[in-house]
Amino acid sequence: MRKVVGNSVSKGSNYNQPSEDGHFGQFGGRFVAETLTAALDDLSALYERMRGDGEFLAELDRDLSEYVGRPSPLYFAEHLTRHLGGARIYLKREDLNHTGAHKVNNTIGQALLAKRMGKPRVIAETGAGQHGVATATVAARLGLACDVYMGQEDVERQSLNVYRMKLLGARVIAVQSGTRTLKDAMNEALRDWVTNVDTTHYIIGTVAGPHPYPMLVRDFQSVIGREARAQILAAEGRLPDVLVACVGGGSNAIGLFHPFIDDVDVRMVGVEAAGLGLSTGQHAAPLNDGRVGVLHGNRTYLMQDDDGQIVATHSISAGLDYPGVGPEHSYLKDIGRAEYAAATDDEALEAFRLLNRTEGILPALESSHALAWAVREVPAMDRDQLVVINLSGRGDKDIMTIARRDGIVL
Amino acid sequence: MSRSTRLSRRMASLGGRKALAAFITAGDPHIDYTVPAMRALVTGGADIIELGVPFSDPEADGPAIQAASERALAAGTRFQDVLDAVARFRETDDSTPIVLMGYLNTVLAQKAFAERAQHAGVDGLIMVNLPPEEAEEFRRDHAGQALDLVFLVAPTTSEERIATIASQASGFLYYVSFKGITGADRLSVEDVAAKLALIRRKTDLPVVVGFGVKDGETARQVVTVADGVAVGTALVRVMAETTGGVDAVTAALTARVAEFREAMGH
Repeated sequence: MRKVVGNSVSKGSNYNQPSEDGHFGQFGGRFVAETLTAALDDLSALYERMRGDGEFLAELDRDLSEYVGRPSPLYFAEHLTRHLGGARIYLKREDLNHTGAHKVNNTIGQALLAKRMGKPRVIAETGAGQHGVATATVAARLGLACDVYMGQEDVERQSLNVYRMKLLGARVIAVQSGTRTLKDAMNEALRDWVTNVDTTHYIIGTVAGPHPYPMLVRDFQSVIGREARAQILAAEGRLPDVLVACVGGGSNAIGLFHPFIDDVDVRMVGVEAAGLGLSTGQHAAPLNDGRVGVLHGNRTYLMQDDDGQIVATHSISAGLDYPGVGPEHSYLKDIGRAEYAAATDDEALEAFRLLNRTEGILPALESSHALAWAVREVPAMDRDQLVVINLSGRGDKDIMTIARRDGIVL
Repeated sequence: MSRSTRLSRRMASLGGRKALAAFITAGDPHIDYTVPAMRALVTGGADIIELGVPFSDPEADGPAIQAASERALAAGTRFQDVLDAVARFRETDDSTPIVLMGYLNTVLAQKAFAERAQHAGVDGLIMVNLPPEEAEEFRRDHAGQALDLVFLVAPTTSEERIATIASQASGFLYYVSFKGITGADRLSVEDVAAKLALIRRKTDLPVVVGFGVKDGETARQVVTVADGVAVGTALVRVMAETTGGVDAVTAALTARVAEFREAMGH
């Protein structure tokens, strides 16, 4: 039997999660069809070896620096800071990574794992298309066949990224089942994987899925927080007061948070998509308005009805339009180490416009949710406080969506 | 676990007969069809009924059973409707074991699941995404001690793990005949035979083979090495493709099940 640590863990100090079998307290685990267990065992074993393997880590570092362009800057947003009139705001510029978002940090790492497993094919699920692009990119570079599953609804609203993936040589498979969004793409990717498990590695794009994915995706994304920690210490000589990141599955947030987790005075705020408003039910905020259940291989907070059916979510941002959330976020919420707020579609759009006008930066709609929290909360903070916001991606892909809302045909 | 349950009694009473487990999705296309359809399965020669609990995200199922789930949910089927159907079936049949098959989340969402399921006349559960490592906790918090938990063994399951799974399982073991989703056409009898030999070295539980048992001929071949077969997609297709209302559907179901029964011997 596993050791149940649950809520007895003190608020973040000497944090050591997940347990050996992939539980974060009551969350996480490995709730999958039996066929996949062997592949997950193999992946766990390989990852355990690689995380201490000098050659692997050197190759990863080299790729991150020379191909992705890391470290990404920590930019002092002087004009936004002045505009809001509160805490000093720093932006972690993941939007400047190759392919335009944090997603590539993970796909680089997982592609190196796939190569070591000798698997000639990778698959991925994608919502906004950023993870699909990041997967297609590393697949092109390593000569791996690549199929990306994407809900039909997302194929339509993110046509730019669909074409990008095709240019990279990937096949984009439009998923017609269920709600035709990210969760259904993940179902279909799992069906593919169970069928082709001998030849295929599934590159999950977020800190969800069965163990070891939530852990290994977190570890690959933690480069964000490690850099940000050193950068803020260099710039300000102290740790930030608040970290802010948007949360769909939650990979950019956990990447920023994790290296600060033992710094218990650093407040960590994840921002979910409140869609049309938390009270409308038309949102994608399971940590604010969900219940614990099991989906896609792990136990976590989910958007579901009282009969256990997963419900349709809504967000203007395809990347946050997911009914679940990484199990580690559920755990951090329950132990009180992180807090989870929400921003509506309208608030995110307002923040999107504000960053364009004040800093000349076009943020992704996903990241705009984190910015929206700052717009709401920073004015009330002291001017000597420090806020680090993860600008997880750039917004080129969202221009069509926003133009359409403005009634403009491009 | 050697308790006397409808399932263990049925498996023990088969003698030389091979078990035919027949699957339909509850509420497909409407809950009014479910009880007549269950009876039709028994009339055709089914020994065990696997009643699918519709779920919004059936990640291990192929297109036919996905569509059945979507039809059932679109028709408003709720978990209590599934239990009510079981209870109505029990009014006329107290011996055919009923195993609910589906995904964990629909069970986890239920209050007092174990009591309600037993009261309705459910005998066991096949939870596709419940690993044996979580079985103890699942029993304690949700399933209770009286229901049989049927576990899946896959082609990729290691020998050591087969023993772990068998130690948590009761009723029978469900062997997934190939790497893939329900309804795919990939079953190889030679592969099944080889893995079954391995499984039998680890457990005395009967082994029923499912996924890809598409017709009588496949079933006939599989039961030369297995204790039974589970047939799902083939029956769900009959329900989807038969027009003309409940009577037409039940007649077609009975005929299809009888084809399997005939091929497997009586």
